[in-house]
Parts: sequence; C-alpha cells; structure tokens
Amino acid sequence: MTLIKARFGLNYGDFSLDVDLTLPSTGVSVLFGHSGSGKTTLLRCIAGLEHAAQGYLEINGRVWQDSERKVFLPTYKRPLGYVFQEANLFSHLTVLANLHYGLKRIKNNLGLIKLNQTIDLLGIGHLLARMPSTLSGGERQRVAIARALALNPEILLMDEPLASLDFKRKQEILPYLSRLHQQLDIPVVYVTHSQQEVAQLADTLVILEEGRLLAAGPLAETQSRLDLPLAQDREAATVWQVSIAEHERAYHLTRVTFDGGSLSLPLIDVPIATALRVQIYARDVSITLVEPSATSILNVLPALISEITEGRDSQAVVQLLIGQQLLLAHITRKSLSLLGLKIGMSVFVQIKGTSILN
Amino acid sequence: MLSSEDFDTLLLTFKVASIATTIMLLVGTPLAWWLSRTRSVWKGPINAIVALPLVLPPTVLGFYLLVLMGPTGIIGKLTNWLGLGTLPFTFYGLVVGSVLYSLPFVVQPLQAAFAMIGKQSLEAAATLRASPLDSFFSVVLPLAKPGFITAAILGFTHTVGEFGLVLMIGGNIPNKTRVVSVQIYNHVEALEYTDAHWLAGCLLLFSFTVLLVLYTQIKSPTMAQPFK
Repeated sequence: MTLIKARFGLNYGDFSLDVDLTLPSTGVSVLFGHSGSGKTTLLRCIAGLEHAAQGYLEINGRVWQDSERKVFLPTYKRPLGYVFQEANLFSHLTVLANLHYGLKRIKNNLGLIKLNQTIDLLGIGHLLARMPSTLSGGERQRVAIARALALNPEILLMDEPLASLDFKRKQEILPYLSRLHQQLDIPVVYVTHSQQEVAQLADTLVILEEGRLLAAGPLAETQSRLDLPLAQDREAATVWQVSIAEHERAYHLTRVTFDGGSLSLPLIDVPIATALRVQIYARDVSITLVEPSATSILNVLPALISEITEGRDSQAVVQLLIGQQLLLAHITRKSLSLLGLKIGMSVFVQIKGTSILN
Repeated sequence: MLSSEDFDTLLLTFKVASIATTIMLLVGTPLAWWLSRTRSVWKGPINAIVALPLVLPPTVLGFYLLVLMGPTGIIGKLTNWLGLGTLPFTFYGLVVGSVLYSLPFVVQPLQAAFAMIGKQSLEAAATLRASPLDSFFSVVLPLAKPGFITAAILGFTHTVGEFGLVLMIGGNIPNKTRVVSVQIYNHVEALEYTDAHWLAGCLLLFSFTVLLVLYTQIKSPTMAQPFK
C-alpha cells in the first residue's frame, strides 16, 4: 500500500507549522482542530498553495516537494483535486464550463466519463446551464466538488467544504460526501473543526493543535485515546463500523453486527449486509459489574476495561474493549470507586443510545 | 458645418487617442496587475507616480516632457542616438505625452478590477491545472472585462480632451499635432464662434454618449464606475 508522506515546517511570525505525518492512501483522513491549529495551512502545503520553507511531500511514490533538493511542484502541475471552503466557482462561466475548465487542461480522455459519473453522484445534472450566482450555497459546493473530482485526481483535498453552509445545507451535502466516501478509490484529506463531520467521514483522524501534530491514527483508536482532550469532551464518542444483520420489523428494530457482537438499533430500512457507521456517545454508556437480568436497555454487551483516567471534576473516562471494538464511557469518579473498576476487569456495558451516521 | 480642416483635426485626435489607448492598455495591464498584487515597498511610490497626472496641471507635465524630450534632455538624447530625432512637436511626441497624461485613467480601473478578483479564483484555477499565464487569460481577463471597458473608455476620452499638454509638447501643426481641443482654441482666438460651436458640440456629444454607455450599460457597479 502506498502512503502519503508529508513533513512541513513554516514560520509566519505569529504562527508556525511543524508536522511530520504519514497518511494511508485510501479512505478519508480528517485533519481536525480548532481555528489556528494549522489544519488548513497543512492542507494548503499539500496542495502547494502554501510553500513551506522546510518540506517533504510524497504521494503515490512521487515527490511533490523536497526542500532539501529544491523540488517544488507548482500547484497546477500536481494531480490533485481541491475543494475550498467557499465554492470558488468561476462566476463568468456556466456550471458546465466550470466543470470543463480543468478537464480541458488535462490530457486524459477518461475525463468525460468520469465527469458524467460525478455529475450523477452529486446530483447536479439539472444545474449545468446555470450561472454560479443563481445557485444556492449547497449547490455551489456540490458543483465545486464535482469540478475537482472530474479531473480524476490522485488525491482529493477538501478545506472545510461545509463550514460556510447553514445547518440545512450541511445536511443536504453530507449524504453526498458519504456516498463519495464509499465510491471513491482515491485518498481524501478533509479539514474540519466539526465533530459531526469527523464521525461521519473520517477513517483516519489527525488532530492538530497550534501547528503541531497531537495525534494521528485510525478513527476509533484516536477517538478513544484517553491522553487526548477529545475523550474528555462532553461530546466524546466512538464510531463503529457495523453491518446490517437482520430486521425485526415487528418491533421496528434492526440488528447490526460488528467485530465482537451485535447491537439493536431503531429500524434502518436498508438491505441486509449494508455497511453503516454508528456513533456511541461516551455519556450514553454505563457500566455494571454483573450482567443485568432485568433492564429495559436492549444493548448490553460484555466488555473488558482497557484504560481509565480520572478528571479533575466529578468525571472519569473508561476505555473498554468489546471484541476488537473500542468504546468510551463517561461515568462519575464516585461510581468508579464504588464499583472498584480496574484495568483488566471484565464488566458489562449498557448502551442507552446510538446514532446512525449514514 | 465642419470644414475639411476641422475634420482633419478630428481624425488626428481620434488617431492619437486610439494609439495612446492601445499603448496604455498594453502597458497599464501588467502595471495594474503588479500594483494589485504586490506587497513591495515600491507599490506606494509607483502608485503615486502613475496618479500624478490626476493632480498635476497638464502644463507642468508638458513642460517637463518638453525639457526631457528636447535635444538636451535625457529622452531627447536617447531618441537622437537611436536616429529618431527629437519627439516634441511631432505626432509620436504627442502620443508619448498622451500616454503618460492619461495612464492613471487606465491603470486605476484595471487595478480596482484586478483587486476585486482576489486570489481565491487564481488558486482555484491553479488547482484545476491552469498555469499562472493560462489563468490570467482564462480567469482574470474575463472577470476584469468591465474594468477593461472602463479603462479603455476613460483613457480614450481623456486623451481626446487634453489641451494644455498638447500645447506644451505638440504645438499647433496641422495634420501632425493640431488636435480638436487646439483647433477649438484657434477658432475662438479668431472669433470664429460658429466653427468653435460645431467642434465643441461634436466633443460634447461624443463624451456624453460614451459616458452614458459606461454608466448605464456596464453591470458591475464598483468596477465600472470608479469615479462615481
């Protein structure tokens, strides 16, 4: 498997970036952090829109930048697709001409087939003759994504593509992004500060803080690392990859399986074996020492305590293993000591709520 | 009615203005682009120099050009050395003077238009495989079109309307440097008010018509109407 190797150092006086990162060549890598964490700057360095004084970038075995050998491929020579926060469509061109803009500049007759697929995938077929100024924010962003994808790029870079949209427009685009996620065979690097987008899209999670790399790794692993602020957050959660096992239509429920067990969820009307992401908030998970025999909670699973941290306030965070799956539970420190929870103990978790992400 | 002499001055005026406008667009486009993008310390001084003709009496500009382009001036020596003779009181001297005199009217609308394009569109073009030169022609020029129309119209009309500068470096030579504004002055001096009326009326109608087109037909208000 080829990798993306990125190492950048730059200094803008009040802001500096210093990261050394390896990303997988498949799936969505999300660069996550607060504003000022350097996530957009890092993405711009990958695109060559920012020229880091110290930098090394290798994608699919090809070097795009190597400051030691004075190699710097200008942006327009990099086989990438880039989606900006604002759609950045050319206002003097129709939607179709916008989509053709990049296509005309590559020598690749695969382009048109790819473009038609992309137009279908993003549902913009009815907009082709329109001018960008007549589109809604969500439509503009879908066109921008299609314009980037039409080039058949080796990597897709997305800089907070949803940040400038209101909640409704976000919900309109997220399904398209999820579809892309399932159908694209190229790596995507996606910048966001939204935990919802992380949960929905990330395969690999990269956390940045003040221009430094805080953590990078597979989503569930990184989400449940107790040494990171994410696990302490009120919104702390873990995302599981599950697949539909059966529908219990009488109760309006669906059973899904994962690597280590199964869960009952409210009915999801999709075919058996469909892959899904399920998000479980740490605050919705409680721990019991013995298997509860009489409980209204459906999802009770045996688990192994793998790690514990105690916060300064009333809260403790427990990391658990269910089969191969990691899970976080937020409980009180008082419960922690009353139950005498220790690393390595076998317990049961009760999951009060789940949310389905796609 | 217009005499054939008057007609010749009109023709000459439009010839000077057309050539000067073409040169101003060719020189002004890269200059305005540079001014709209640079963070160089030279931006301020260059901007000030380009804008000088806006505030300077045309006679002052004309006086310096006369001195510089004369046989003992730097430019005069250069043109002599090149075998071109000296420029004052020639058609091309008038063109050079017109270019300098009207340049701010071309550079400023272009600069405003370029500044409005912002770097985002250029970055988008770069991510879509367009080289900087390619994106200048495929993105910047079309987006700045209203600015170009404004620049061309203002540069042209302003050149048509010059007088003081023409008198200083062009003089009053029929078919070489005698432009409309000078001819009107000649008529008035000779108390030929009817002839002066005809020519003045032509200029008034012409100027009003192009400005009317400029202010009513071009949609993008901030770019097209820098002097509103």
